[in-house]
Amino acid sequence: MQPIAATEAILALATGETFAGAAFGHPGPAAGELVFNTSMTGYQEIVTDPSYLGQVVCLTTAHVGVVGVNAADEEAGAPRARGLAVRALARVPSSWRAEGDLDAYCRAHGVCGIAEVDTRALAIRLREGGAVNCCVLHGGDRRGALRLARACPPMAGQALGRDAGVDEPAAWHEGAWDPGSNRHARRQGRGPKVAVLDCGAKRAILRCLRERGLRVEVLPLATPAAAIAKSFAALVVSNGPGDPGPLAEAASALKAALKAKLPVLGICLGHQLLAQACGARTAKMKFGHHGANHPVLDLRSGQVAITSQNHGFVVAAEKLPRDLELTHVSLFDRSVQGFRHRRLPALGFQGHPEASPGPREMEKVFDEFAALVRSHAAQS
Amino acid sequence: MPRNPDIGSVLLIGAGPIVIGQACEFDYSGSQACRALKEEGVRVVLLNSNPATIMTDPQMADATYVEPIDAATAARIIKAEKVDAVLPTMGGQTALNCAMRLHADGACGRGGVRLIGADFKAIHAAEDREEFRRLMDSIGVATARGRYATSLEEALAAGRELDTYPLIVRPSFTLGGTGGGIAYNYEEFAAICASGLALSANSSLLIEESMIGWKEYELEVIRDRNDNCIVVCGIENIDPLGVHTGDSVTVAPILTLTDKEYQAMRDAAFRIIRAIGVETGGANVQFAVDPATGRQIVIEMNPRVSRSSALASKATGFPIAKVATKLALGYTLDELSNEITGGRTPASFEPALDYVVVKIPRFNFDKFPGTAPELGTQMKAVGEAMAIGRSFPEALQKALCSLETGLAGLDSKGHSSLEAVLAELRVFTPDSLLLAADALRLGATVERLHEVTGIDPWFLHEIARLIEREKELAALSLPKLGREAMLAAKRDGFSDRMLARLLRSTEKKVRTRRARLGVHASFHRVDSCAAEFPTATAYQYSTYGEACESAPTRRKSYAILGSGPNRIGQGIEFDYCCIHASLALRDHGFETIMVNCNPETVSTDYDVSDRLYFEPLTTEHVLEILRVEKPAGVIVHTGGQTPLAIAAELEEAGARIIGTPVAAIHRTEDRREFSRLLRKCGLRQPSNATASSGAEALRLAGGIGYPLVVRPSYVLGGQAMKIIYSRAELQAWLRGCDRAVLRRGVLLDRFLTQAVEVDVDAVSDGKEVVVAGVLEHVERAGVHSGDSSCALPPLSLSAAQIAELERQAVVMAREVGAVGFMNIQFAIQGDAISVLEINPRASRTVPFIAKATGWPVARIATLAMAGVSLARQGARKAAAPNGCFIKEAVFPFSRMPGADTLLGPEMKSTGEAMGIGDTHASAFLRATEAIFAIPADGAVLISVRDPDKAEALEIARRLHGCGFAIVATSGTAAYFAANDGSFPVETVRKVNERKPTVVDAIKSGKVKMVINTVTAEGGAPADSLAIRRAALHGQLLYYTTIEGARAIADGICERREGDGGRMLPIQRRHLPAA
Repeated sequence: MQPIAATEAILALATGETFAGAAFGHPGPAAGELVFNTSMTGYQEIVTDPSYLGQVVCLTTAHVGVVGVNAADEEAGAPRARGLAVRALARVPSSWRAEGDLDAYCRAHGVCGIAEVDTRALAIRLREGGAVNCCVLHGGDRRGALRLARACPPMAGQALGRDAGVDEPAAWHEGAWDPGSNRHARRQGRGPKVAVLDCGAKRAILRCLRERGLRVEVLPLATPAAAIAKSFAALVVSNGPGDPGPLAEAASALKAALKAKLPVLGICLGHQLLAQACGARTAKMKFGHHGANHPVLDLRSGQVAITSQNHGFVVAAEKLPRDLELTHVSLFDRSVQGFRHRRLPALGFQGHPEASPGPREMEKVFDEFAALVRSHAAQS
Repeated sequence: MPRNPDIGSVLLIGAGPIVIGQACEFDYSGSQACRALKEEGVRVVLLNSNPATIMTDPQMADATYVEPIDAATAARIIKAEKVDAVLPTMGGQTALNCAMRLHADGACGRGGVRLIGADFKAIHAAEDREEFRRLMDSIGVATARGRYATSLEEALAAGRELDTYPLIVRPSFTLGGTGGGIAYNYEEFAAICASGLALSANSSLLIEESMIGWKEYELEVIRDRNDNCIVVCGIENIDPLGVHTGDSVTVAPILTLTDKEYQAMRDAAFRIIRAIGVETGGANVQFAVDPATGRQIVIEMNPRVSRSSALASKATGFPIAKVATKLALGYTLDELSNEITGGRTPASFEPALDYVVVKIPRFNFDKFPGTAPELGTQMKAVGEAMAIGRSFPEALQKALCSLETGLAGLDSKGHSSLEAVLAELRVFTPDSLLLAADALRLGATVERLHEVTGIDPWFLHEIARLIEREKELAALSLPKLGREAMLAAKRDGFSDRMLARLLRSTEKKVRTRRARLGVHASFHRVDSCAAEFPTATAYQYSTYGEACESAPTRRKSYAILGSGPNRIGQGIEFDYCCIHASLALRDHGFETIMVNCNPETVSTDYDVSDRLYFEPLTTEHVLEILRVEKPAGVIVHTGGQTPLAIAAELEEAGARIIGTPVAAIHRTEDRREFSRLLRKCGLRQPSNATASSGAEALRLAGGIGYPLVVRPSYVLGGQAMKIIYSRAELQAWLRGCDRAVLRRGVLLDRFLTQAVEVDVDAVSDGKEVVVAGVLEHVERAGVHSGDSSCALPPLSLSAAQIAELERQAVVMAREVGAVGFMNIQFAIQGDAISVLEINPRASRTVPFIAKATGWPVARIATLAMAGVSLARQGARKAAAPNGCFIKEAVFPFSRMPGADTLLGPEMKSTGEAMGIGDTHASAFLRATEAIFAIPADGAVLISVRDPDKAEALEIARRLHGCGFAIVATSGTAAYFAANDGSFPVETVRKVNERKPTVVDAIKSGKVKMVINTVTAEGGAPADSLAIRRAALHGQLLYYTTIEGARAIADGICERREGDGGRMLPIQRRHLPAA
């Protein structure tokens, strides 16, 4: 009789707890911060989201892998999470869109997987004990896993955003996904040119911008600030992994853009960087926001949007600079979710307006930004 | 936006009697609505004809009208109670239809009282299929290719135009898809269109291209007046499109869509709810998806809470009805809190599940031998079971165990030929999932099975994995089963009973082995947020091999075992009793633990008990709960047969059953013991015997005398009870019996012809016994007590007879040692009283008595079980009924093609309505009006057997006097003419004679009511079936017993002669206990 696992895998927390499960994907080891995500769809988007760079993601939904994997659902060229912990892994995918299975995909892309673990216990552990580093590896080496988990550096202070983005500037032409052709539309045209400073941008952000008639160029984080202000109509600072604190180059790019009164949009990590550039402070959260069901209140309209969220750092609500108008708060914990500069054409949104995975109702952030870019372009 | 201050009082419309397609999910939504309105200080006026509901409890509303749900009644109430608004979205299609009528009559909407929750325009846009399609086109949401028709000619023309089969026919404004169907050829198409037109409230049909083989999904959506929308739950049907969603095995969350596809569906659902114009509240949107291309099409949208929203609420812990009610009062989602997280999070979010929910419908085709158990677009299920597990296989196997159809999991149907199984699988039946498992056992590939069934390959792969595991287990033996393997099997949801079968052992041995290996259930909480926030709500389910979160308290607690899925014979009445047990014990300071697996019910609302376990009601699952909770006692008496069936095993395993002891229950159920008990009490019973062979049965029957009632002693799956009139008939019955059934025993009882049946309900604390009510049946003996209408106070019994019945009830309660509930069924033939049955447990009539008298029978009985004496409760005297109360049964015959409507000893009704009046006649009329439209004129067709002719003549004479024309078949007409020539009688030909026949007379629309009794001896003549089917088809008022016919004639004539009678809320009827 088969035991639970054909091959054993171990998940060890730096605090000492270990979990045994079934191995899938790459044999590992994979050490990094453990985060959970409660989204019930979009595991491939999550695994490929550069914001998860170096992390081990615990998906709380019961079955993972049912719809397989496909190229159109990648948020980056390959998975960025280092490890994946799930309760039940589907070995045979079933979807007209599937091009492969999650197990082989993880194996090919170096994601160390563990299945049959009590993901609910892990979520409770993170909720109660706060963020923790961990290690997943295949085989039964508990002590090795523990040692690696403990050796893993803490997230705060790491400039992970530097490793997550492109090295060379690149133009982006893909728009929205079309269900009929199962492809992303190719958009040409001559809209205002927007620079996306890439701290680990999700493709969905680029697609949302492109879909709104903006020409998109993805720039490395190290791009000189002056170059951006000179050749682009607007600046977007993307999402990305880890702590905004050490990313000084982004901060100077943002300051230059603000100074040039360029329209600016900060998303997730970019939102935190923009806030910092405007004088706000950021802090590490206890276990962050990671899910696709987070209600965010738009303080201007009184409407609530269900949003996709994935962040472990947050803009501190206290002492928000007077220049920043708080526009969105989380209804889960009242944390800062969005702001607008009172004098300058700058917006920040903490969640993922580009969704993918998750609800798309915050795409209106892109509408607002596109309008800002257009009116700014018309003026200048 | 806070709540609208203009709304001070609300009329809430319920769903009426339990019928197929509209069951106790609307008691769940209605009672939540009542509580939500009361919380907001709104005066609640309630209209619902169903006395078995919790929502009609006198304390739930300020004024409760147990009256027929029709526009005239609602308008009277609106006027009398001066309500500010009507909330029609909690009572299913019945309430919506009533609201639409109110609007049409001008009593509601513009110029009248306002509708909240959904307005006329929104209801119309969602329900009128042509309007719906036009709206969908305008917002760019795809619908199926189709045509509308309002006449048969148009329908046939549309069929020709679409020029493709199969075609799907959907009538507008019917509940649960009544009258719809899939037509595979022209003949079927014409037949379905004709019946659909007859049943549609506005005679319109939608004829659509079939999308057979497409996948079906549902989203439960909520919108508030600030235009905030959320999806509470996505549900996926395992069966492909073509099987009504109420008949489908469904799964939550949605598992087989990519995020991009799911978000497209979610966006479409929001566009739809906005376009339809549901300003506040819940809606259910159904989609079809082509599995080959992902093409999505919207099928329909219901602008109200539904069966699916009840399921979604239980599946997620998000109370849709309660929230929808508050939104209707003007709140927005962000102003309401998510109660399951103790208000830590707002209601404006979307629940995240970290488990899988499987719902499986429960059917009762066994009760309708003429009906093929085929599933289609018309709902046939009478109930459902839901299970929660950490994976699909675990939830699936738990759900199968929860059905109480004897399954231990994916039981084999015992086929040996794969081709035969695959052939059977071409038509969807209740057994399709089991047959799919059999096909895999016989070597079918998932691909082949998918081709045949249209079930998504992923589900089939998971089932195939279970079959693999099954084979591995079968190669082992119990002593060789190690901890790892045991744990793995339990994590996949294998029940102990299934393991016992696979390992050739017994359930008890498996349980012992499991305990020795230390493999026990752990419990997770349903928290709506996948553990992101802590919850204090103890809504739980079991799984294996994970951290246990049950955290029992140290308070003194009682576990209440629920009644499982609804089925004929065990319905909402038992859920009512379980809820009252919980509420009574909580009021008394005890903690309560509810165990049940029926998602439709109020008992599975986490608000009703302190701790809720959504688990199968099997010995195994209950013992695991008791192991963790260690309650002071277990109540098995309120949940009908379900908990009683496992009571002995639980007790043997150490559970402490409170109330009437299990051994005492056994004494009333075992034939020999029962006879001895009655002899000891000096009471009579019909002469009877038990035979264990055909020859013995014939010999014993001779001694008892005919007619007699026969039944197998171990009735499984509702095998028929029958009244036998002759030796020849008995021989025929015995020939039809399985030999094994015979060996286990056949019970023979003298049948008491023309006897009056009486139900007596009593409560006892072990010392004192109080009779709560004496109910006389309208129909004579031979009709199952659940199917007969009954009257409180009794119709014909003398005070002396009632006193004697009460005396006998007390004697028996004492002798049995009853503590708590007690129900006795008597038959009175002439002056002789015989005892038919003693049920020392909650009975079907408990809620009816409580509603009629206001005396809280279930509460008093439960507290007595917990040791609170009747004296201490101040309950030494029951309250008398103030007025007349009639309970009338409701039958599902129109859903069962080919079934006969004759009543007999086997129960067939799904629900009941109560009528209240100052006389029995007016109460009977009101009870009937809750089910049928009562004709004011037209013709009454009478065709009765000889013994009923004299009485029928009297009925005919009176109905004629009230303005009805009399039509009769030749024999009946001749009798009328010979014995009374005072009124004209039109004679119609019998079915097998030249046209036009009696059936044509019914079809012509002239006949508005049918009275048809047949001699039961030798079985009903086949031609009379055609009369009854025609009456059913024409939705006519019909009676198959002369007593019923007399009662309705009395009611109609009394109304003609006097006024319609007073209409009072039950709160004003109830008298203090004497």
